[in-house]
Amino acid sequence: MSRNVLIVEDSPTMRQLLIMALRKIGDLTIDEAGDGIAGLQKIREKVYDLVITDINMPMMDGLKLVSLIRQDERHRDTPVVVITTESGEEDRNRAFRLGANAYITKPVRAAQVTRKIRELLD
Amino acid sequence: MNSEEQTRAPGTSDADPQPLDEGAAEDFLRMFNRGADFLREVIQENQRLRYRLASVESQLESGAGAPADDRVAFLEKELSSWKEKYNSLLSRIEEVEEENRDFLQRYMEVEEENNNLANLYIASYQLHSTLNFDEVLQIILEIVINLIGAELFAVYLYESKSDSLQAVASEGLDTDKFPKVKLGEGDIGQAVAGAEMALFEDRLALPEADLEQPLAVIPLQIKDDTIGAIVIFRLLQQKPRFLDVDRELFHLLAGHAATAVFASRLYTESERKLSTMQGFIDLLTKS
Repeated sequence: MSRNVLIVEDSPTMRQLLIMALRKIGDLTIDEAGDGIAGLQKIREKVYDLVITDINMPMMDGLKLVSLIRQDERHRDTPVVVITTESGEEDRNRAFRLGANAYITKPVRAAQVTRKIRELLD
Repeated sequence: MNSEEQTRAPGTSDADPQPLDEGAAEDFLRMFNRGADFLREVIQENQRLRYRLASVESQLESGAGAPADDRVAFLEKELSSWKEKYNSLLSRIEEVEEENRDFLQRYMEVEEENNNLANLYIASYQLHSTLNFDEVLQIILEIVINLIGAELFAVYLYESKSDSLQAVASEGLDTDKFPKVKLGEGDIGQAVAGAEMALFEDRLALPEADLEQPLAVIPLQIKDDTIGAIVIFRLLQQKPRFLDVDRELFHLLAGHAATAVFASRLYTESERKLSTMQGFIDLLTKS
């Protein structure tokens, strides 16, 4: 059965890299959103098996999005992966406190993303 | 000889032997021959037994004589055979493990190569996905942030009037904060004038970024013409050094970013001119 994955990232370059990484996993339906508001809209419309989000985005940042995902009953246990340029311990801890399951710092390698997503989906 | 003939008469002795008659002599001879035959048989049997004894002793010495020894010898032979097979299997396992290590190494190399190609493909695809000048500059910034991991950098374009390089897009600092660079002057000017990519990796350890001391200068070239440069001053904290894929990306950016910038600028200018001309024609035809 195909699983639904949402990528929330303002950079088309990063979205393309993430899509390439996810394609290696197999049967996934991948949706994209260019900012936090668009991401939240998609989350309210559909149930996702995994969400990948950037932190620094226009309209709504990724950390706010993570906290709103956790408030949604249907996505309380959905794995959320944060991918960001922010490598500080404070940002990392805040992301985990808000409900993120994994924290990956840029620049990312496609294989690194594939491994982490596969681990969370399994 | 019968019993009576062999029995001495009472009162007689050995010193007084009685002469034998012819029949008794024949009996004696017959008995003697039988004794001789019997003796020969005993000697033969003795020889046979001695031979058998020697053979058994020999077998005992070689350890293959008794059934138990045979079994031990057989088991020893089997053990030896299994040991040979075991050693052979161990040797094969070592070979297979070596092959596995080799395959793993190759797999990692292929995966690394795939990652690099994916990054190069994405960079190339994105650079040529638009003809809008501002969007092209934005894509260059995204590539340098997300695929290379730079924190402070700028895209410079060459201005022929002033013979200098002017920052047109940047990350980490406002674009107007990056000073103009005269062609041929300083590390940036020299690298662009020489049309050679320059990496200053010894500066990676410097505590503060300096706009006069770049980490990398990537001239943007279309054949022999240099139209500008991407200049990196600081990498992200989690990116301690340049990787091989970064160098490949720099080479790709040097060519593809240059053509994307040049084409988009040309297209944007032509669109603007076309719009102006259209307005002029409209003005003429209406009047």
